[in-house]
Amino acid sequence: MQVIPTKSPIQFEREQFRRNSEFPELWQCLDQVKDPEIPALSLWDIGILKDIKRQGNQASVTITPTYSGCPAMDAIAEDIAIAFKAYGIEKTVIITELSPAWTTDWMTDKGRNQLRDYGIAPPNDLVGDHEQPLNSDSQVLCPQCGSADTKLLSEYGSTACKALFQCNSCHEPFDLFKHI
Amino acid sequence: MTSSTKIASKQDTIDYAARLGDDAIVIGHRISEWVSRAPFIEEDVALGNVALDFLGHARMYYTYAAQLSNEQNGTDDITEDNFAYLRDERQFQNHLLHELHKGDFAYTTARQLLIDVYNKHFLEQLKNSNDETLAAIAVKAAKETKYHCRRSKDWTLRLGDGTSESHEKMQLALNDIWGYSHELFELDELEQRLVDAGIAVDCTQLKAAWLKEVTAIIEEATLMVPDQDWVVSGGRQGYHTEHLGHLLTEMQFVHRSFPGAKW
Repeated sequence: MQVIPTKSPIQFEREQFRRNSEFPELWQCLDQVKDPEIPALSLWDIGILKDIKRQGNQASVTITPTYSGCPAMDAIAEDIAIAFKAYGIEKTVIITELSPAWTTDWMTDKGRNQLRDYGIAPPNDLVGDHEQPLNSDSQVLCPQCGSADTKLLSEYGSTACKALFQCNSCHEPFDLFKHI
Repeated sequence: MTSSTKIASKQDTIDYAARLGDDAIVIGHRISEWVSRAPFIEEDVALGNVALDFLGHARMYYTYAAQLSNEQNGTDDITEDNFAYLRDERQFQNHLLHELHKGDFAYTTARQLLIDVYNKHFLEQLKNSNDETLAAIAVKAAKETKYHCRRSKDWTLRLGDGTSESHEKMQLALNDIWGYSHELFELDELEQRLVDAGIAVDCTQLKAAWLKEVTAIIEEATLMVPDQDWVVSGGRQGYHTEHLGHLLTEMQFVHRSFPGAKW
């Protein structure tokens, strides 16, 4: 029988890892913790949450930074500790893991849809091979109207992880979450 | 040279990580000086983001240097801040090219071209380091450097092949900084020991590929690779230009005024 994969192997692996965890309630708890820069997305959906371990009233959470200079990491660490308080965890240790380096491939399908609804084009909305570098001919599906008739304004948007585009159909400027 | 000086020590790795951190934090600070002064708003935002990337790289290198220092000294209170804020000019070992003054926009563009292309080749090699942490930092930093390289190439073409004034300013900038580029490919005894141990990058091996790539971009931008033969170096030994002290004064001011200050 031929199996047609509905999600990428990377995402399947992540979900399986989460399913096998001993602490499903803590993963669920962190679904409430959003990326402070993009409040539409949870830490899980953006792909920076790697592991959760608990010993009594202590927990350790392994996260991986998106961009190395991401100023949101400190706020994220605080938000995690606050969320865990409700589960009787007094002390949360944040372990920052650099390797393997974060990639937008870890972003969940749900996260990509939420990003689009929020007005930011997810990396896979770049027309053609989204691993190729951006150039003046790059086209992205506009998250507002869906048109592919767009132009690149700047390779850097409001944060390092985004590029700025404008739609030629509806004229709205919008961000693209760059593939990395 | 005695045999004891040939074998890389932990202190060598600390110094090496700190050097790489110094390069990143100094150029990051320089680029940040453009914020609110760039030619237009998108470029302002772009420069701010590139500066932030470099600050991020510096934090990773310094955090690692701090961790190794704590292991070596049996302490737990050395942090990235000790390296960024509590060292003086002579203790910084960044390449001089990074610390030169902000200059005009052509100057910044020319410098970024030389540095970004260098970083691309350098990080590609550092990925193979025997030191797992340095290799992991390289993988992460290389992804961002890819974007930096494209941006500085685009700007070099735009200014070099732009108006007669932008062309002239780009050529002047290249002429002004070219003599500082040779230092990027020097290897001192410390780095040689680490190269032998498979930890550091042998940067003498990077020059041919760097020069080829930089030359192609410069020529495509209708500019000329400077043919002057002057060379300035000394940054890796802590001998700096007049510019670094001023930069550190500003960068370290808050931490020196409020020791131990935390966000």
